Amino acid sequence: MKPVDPHAIPPPVSRLLVIGGSAGSLQVILSLLAAIGDDFPMPVLIVLHRNGGFESSLEDLFSTRTNLAIKEVEEKELLRTGTVYLCPADYHVLLEKDYSFSLDYSERIHFSRPSIDVTFRSAADIFGPGLICLLLSGGNADGAEGMQYVQEKGGVTIVQDPATADVPYMPQQAISRMNVDFIIPTDEIPGFVRQLGRSESPSGPHK
Amino acid sequence: MESNAIRYEEVELLLNDLYAQYGYDFSEYSKASLQRRIHRLFTLDKFPSFAEFRYRLQSDSHYFRRFVEEITVNVTEMLRDPSFYRALRTTILPVLSTYPFIRIWHAGCSTGEEVYSVAILLKEAGLLHKSLLYGTDINPQVIDKARKGIFPVSQMQKYSENYIQSGGVRDFSSYYTANYHLAKFDSALTAKMIFSAHNLVSDFSFNEFQLILCRNTLIYFERDLQSKVFKLFDYSLENFGYLALGSKESLRFSPIADRYRQVGKEKIWRKIHEAG
Repeated sequence: MKPVDPHAIPPPVSRLLVIGGSAGSLQVILSLLAAIGDDFPMPVLIVLHRNGGFESSLEDLFSTRTNLAIKEVEEKELLRTGTVYLCPADYHVLLEKDYSFSLDYSERIHFSRPSIDVTFRSAADIFGPGLICLLLSGGNADGAEGMQYVQEKGGVTIVQDPATADVPYMPQQAISRMNVDFIIPTDEIPGFVRQLGRSESPSGPHK
Repeated sequence: MESNAIRYEEVELLLNDLYAQYGYDFSEYSKASLQRRIHRLFTLDKFPSFAEFRYRLQSDSHYFRRFVEEITVNVTEMLRDPSFYRALRTTILPVLSTYPFIRIWHAGCSTGEEVYSVAILLKEAGLLHKSLLYGTDINPQVIDKARKGIFPVSQMQKYSENYIQSGGVRDFSSYYTANYHLAKFDSALTAKMIFSAHNLVSDFSFNEFQLILCRNTLIYFERDLQSKVFKLFDYSLENFGYLALGSKESLRFSPIADRYRQVGKEKIWRKIHEAG
């Protein structure tokens, strides 16, 4: 593979989709990737709780569902549309003002590194209303606090309907903490996100 | 509650204060991580306003020390990434063994777990007697802990597993004495270590080494500062010496890249030319 300088300046991005998932979320992510299309107009960042040691197989698995480029986040790399980024195992991922990634090896949050809270919060500081965040199935409380912050910054908040999630606890935490913008059943998530990407409004369609 | 979040502009204000008053320069640290750490400390210490937080930092040098301790990340473990340590055992130490005297620098060593890990490897390779391990960190408090070599017993099972995965064949518990909830590492290891405070931003090279380890420190620096630190390492490394980085760090786009060659799959580079 030809080495590409990840620090070369890409075109500016104004929107970002961040997906937070834990136990039971993998199938949802796979269906979503298959549905959003190769022309999805913003970068996608996936914060998935996982154990170390199987990241490459996860990239391969995601690649079978989409023609979008799939890659693990590299530190200082600049965000570009047409790419799906995966948080590396055992690092928190943050975003900088110049739309580059920073990695962070500080304490686990909700027993998790990467933590969804950390990335939601950091992305909200940078993208404000241009951020769409999606919280999926999972067995711990990560993501809810960060999602509340995303909403305060004007971003769009979506959770998987706990009634249809493999592990309802994580999306349920967000719902009990805040007034989430959209609660979407599992099988409607791919189409919903695809539509949201197509809408021109930076903050997505209205409720 | 969130209206109290520390904003980026406020981070800049604090950094200017701290440089002017204490000479610590955090201006080229990655801002997202720094902002998060500062916000965390602000919340943890329950300051009612940014102004009070700022005033406390300006007026109380003890609190400034706490600030440095809390905003720098001091998470580390022994034999983290066992495959990295396996590569040290099998590929790097046999080369180092040919030197009459081995000098190793752990830059950003935090509480020292990595220094003890490498000392164990050196001991098992029969090289510890002719080695010196220098551990440095910006933060004097963690250096004090490193010097003591006392770590929580609760970590030992994990470290023992790392040890075995790194190719260790002895009983890991033979390296420490457990007392209640603490494990004190063998003073024969500590005897070969020198710990001191050193700031990669502002301090100079202090010796020449055959191996420099700086793992998961550079991720907190902006690119220009990373470049400066790479030059400092290059200057401090003997020709044919080794530089080891964290698993997500790379020399690839640095100004010294063309004089280094990666060794195997791990994040270890060998210096193949001196600066021209």
